[in-house]
Amino acid sequence: MLWRELWHMRGQVLAIAVVIAGGVATLVMSLISYAALDSTRDAFYRDHRFADLFVELTRAPESLRLRLEAIPGVQHVESRVLGGANLDVAGFDDPATAILLSLPDGRNSELNRLHLLNGRLPEPGRDHEVVAYDSFAEAHALQPGDRLGAVINGRQRTLEIVGIALSPEFIYHVRPGDLFPDFERHGVLWLNRSALAAAQEMEGAFNSAALTLRRGAREREVIDEIDRLLAPYGGHGAISRDDQLSHRYLELELEQLHSLAVLFPAIFLAVSAFLLNVVFSRLITTQREQIALLKAFGYSHLAVAGLYLRMVVVIVALGSLLGSLFGLWLGSLLAELYRTFFRFPAMEFGLPPQVLLIGVAVALAAGLSGAALALRRAATLPPAEAMRPEAPPNFRPTVVERLGLQRHFSQPTRMILRNIERRPLKALLTVLGIAMACGILTVGRFQDGAISHLITVQFGLSQRADLTVTFSEPRPGRVLHELEAIDGVWLAEPTRAALVTLYNGHRSYRTVVEAIPAQSRLHRLLDDQLLAVEPPDEGLLLNDFLATTLGAGPGDTITLRFMEGRRDEVAVVVAGVIREYTGAAAYTTVAQLNRWLREEMTLSGAMLAVEDGHHDAVVAQLKELPAIAGVTDRHSAIRSFYDSMVEIMLTFAFFSTLLAGSIAFGVVYNSARIALTERARELASLRVLGLTRGEVGYILIGELALLTVLAIPVGFLVGVGLIALIVAGIESDLYRVPLIIEPSVFVFAGLLILVASALSALIVLRRVRHLDLVEVLKTRE
Amino acid sequence: MHDQPDSRKREAVFQIEAVTKVYRMGEVEVHALRGVDLELLAGELVVLLGPSGSGKSTLLNILGGLDTPTSGRVLCRGHDLVAASEAELTRFRREAVGFVFQFYNLIPSLSARENVAIVTEIARQPMAPEEALQRVGLGDRLDHFPAQLSGGEQQRVAIARAVAKRPELLLCDEPTGALDSATGIVVLEALEQINRELGTATVIITHNAGIAEMADRVIHFADGHIVSDERNPVRKRPHELSW
Repeated sequence: MLWRELWHMRGQVLAIAVVIAGGVATLVMSLISYAALDSTRDAFYRDHRFADLFVELTRAPESLRLRLEAIPGVQHVESRVLGGANLDVAGFDDPATAILLSLPDGRNSELNRLHLLNGRLPEPGRDHEVVAYDSFAEAHALQPGDRLGAVINGRQRTLEIVGIALSPEFIYHVRPGDLFPDFERHGVLWLNRSALAAAQEMEGAFNSAALTLRRGAREREVIDEIDRLLAPYGGHGAISRDDQLSHRYLELELEQLHSLAVLFPAIFLAVSAFLLNVVFSRLITTQREQIALLKAFGYSHLAVAGLYLRMVVVIVALGSLLGSLFGLWLGSLLAELYRTFFRFPAMEFGLPPQVLLIGVAVALAAGLSGAALALRRAATLPPAEAMRPEAPPNFRPTVVERLGLQRHFSQPTRMILRNIERRPLKALLTVLGIAMACGILTVGRFQDGAISHLITVQFGLSQRADLTVTFSEPRPGRVLHELEAIDGVWLAEPTRAALVTLYNGHRSYRTVVEAIPAQSRLHRLLDDQLLAVEPPDEGLLLNDFLATTLGAGPGDTITLRFMEGRRDEVAVVVAGVIREYTGAAAYTTVAQLNRWLREEMTLSGAMLAVEDGHHDAVVAQLKELPAIAGVTDRHSAIRSFYDSMVEIMLTFAFFSTLLAGSIAFGVVYNSARIALTERARELASLRVLGLTRGEVGYILIGELALLTVLAIPVGFLVGVGLIALIVAGIESDLYRVPLIIEPSVFVFAGLLILVASALSALIVLRRVRHLDLVEVLKTRE
Repeated sequence: MHDQPDSRKREAVFQIEAVTKVYRMGEVEVHALRGVDLELLAGELVVLLGPSGSGKSTLLNILGGLDTPTSGRVLCRGHDLVAASEAELTRFRREAVGFVFQFYNLIPSLSARENVAIVTEIARQPMAPEEALQRVGLGDRLDHFPAQLSGGEQQRVAIARAVAKRPELLLCDEPTGALDSATGIVVLEALEQINRELGTATVIITHNAGIAEMADRVIHFADGHIVSDERNPVRKRPHELSW
């Protein structure tokens, strides 16, 4: 009987199972890719001894390493030399830069050990040998044996790649200040310490260190001690893993996965609980007599409920099976996507049995809670009562009609309205179910528009330089004239950036103060209305993220402590708050920052506007200039970002459309199917009385159509809520996705819901054709 | 007081000639009608008697445009129902026939008035729903919903709904089958009164031979054909019937 019943309502069983499968699939997918990413990262960190603390400084004698190691709580210190280079890659005209890091001569490092994928480490005494970071090598198809031109500390060198490697320090690698990775234009190279020290004039000294902590060490105290010790040597302040860029990105990614693992399955399973409730309530109503008969034969209440319980379990099991398989497949796809994105040598991909257990348990809990009320009714139905058909339902004119609008409604419309009003909870849940689908659709589509908006604002309205030049060390103001003199540069503006820590009461934040000229044309600061704000002559502008983090607003006085130069502390007034979607920077004028740093007109970089058609020539000339640490071409960075994002956004949109479609179909099909069984007799009677198929179809589908139309605006609200939740969840100092939803997102979501509803309605409407008109003359319900 | 109607002067509303109906139930052929000839005249009240499976319901379905015969001709005022399309049959039911079902088949979400209105809204020359309900004695129950009405009242609403379109033919399938005798008589009174006042040709299918005495004409059905077709000399009023 169990299987016959299930087969009889196979359409509905399948529709519910698909929704359950959607929930289980997203749950399993998120959990296993989370587990895979988490354990892969941990294993990679462990195997390659990823450091706990990092510090950069101007220059300290090597002997200081031992004093760092003597700090209580510190286990191991590795000193190193850090530098930068402008690269000349054969066949690539754009400016490319690299971070240079030292390796102990002829050996792998103690901490942040390289994972060699190909080739070998530089041999002792071979100063031109380097190991290249995998992503950079891949972007240029570089192999061991290939050569690179490099300008290091103003001197032209030729380097030979001898190995390709990964490093736990650069799992996610972006150029400082950039939003997105650009593997073509930015890389990491490792070379022998003696070679790099010679090039950087760092013999017997170091300017970077990585540290590990003993178990139980107090990180905060160690950092304070390191900072105190390194202050005379130009220490920039030690940072923990939590502030290490690559680690932070990974953390953010894991957090997103985690919220995905909660949010989407919750929606799916809530909808499937509702569907099970509706379907089983109906089933038990139609099978009253059968239930009574079973009870009359001596089946206990529990046994009868058990019969239906087994049906629920079978449906949940079917959904869980489908969902687990699909989730496993999706999870392996996602894990592979992460592996290539983060360039892990191998993914520790497994299927923890608890993931499946969690998936099935959650689905079962949702299924049972959904069906619980219906099952209770089956269990408690007294046999004698069950033998009698259910009393005709009570109806009355609806509120709308009692308001005096009744005469405007035809009888079929009144039927629709009264049916909705008689079961308001069911109508509400139907609306919510469809609204959820609509909400998921808006979530699936909003990123494209939001990120376009981010880029338009950040790189169109605000940052307008064609090229941004960074010097390897602060330069006198006259350098600007040299840049202006380059043929094709029609405007050059100075920038000065300084590493600082800002304090407001007990809150503090490490960041940069970026100085731009007053009335800059190449970098405009924008307020929350996107109107230009001038950097103040006195005081500081904070971007919105920084202002919130510090809890400071216009008029507040905060303390600014420089982490370079003379390390002065100054009290400054917050002149205003600006809107930025990236970074957590503070702004002032170049003149003001020069005054704070007690220096003459000095710049650390420049923004250039380049005439059309002169881009390549300008870049070529910049490469020749000494002391230029890097040249950023924002347009190409944005292009490469778009290229890499398009696939991800399309994939996400595709899956969310598929999942939302399955919810919409599940809800509408089931509701229509149940409406048809509930009202088959009524509808057939009306057909006998001479109503056409269309008129009868209107009565059947009108209710759902009305609920669907009501659900769409609710769905937009749900979508906005979900998007706000997601946007808040991924907000970080690195970037904030604006809560901007293009109207087209709503249009698409609304239309898709209408189409999915119309399709499921059509499937049910086809059955109206087969209503047995003769039968209704005979039977009573 | 009840004159025997003079059949020769009346025009035929329905003409049925050599109608057969064969159902296929799996491997077996069921001959529900085996050649039926019948003329229904305007204004006459016909009671169709016969045991279950005798074919009377099949005939009623064919008369009502719910089913088509396997062979033979069915004409309603000259219109051929056999060749009619699905849409034409729907229009035929909408305009020409009124149905009264054994289990009333009212729409629970509509009041008595609205149950009638749903049909009058789509009919060509209907009477007002209030008038139809007035005629079956429910003028004071217009805004009651089915759940608030007794079985007999529900069936009278169904009769009002069936006649409000002013049909050519009123088809009643066991109209008192679900009612006790006292209530049944009230319902039959309503049918008789409608037939008398509006002159609607009425066919009542029943097991109950007692009802036959209120008819102008009594047709006995067995094994898919008519075994007798007799006219009552006198048409009794329903309250005179013995049940």
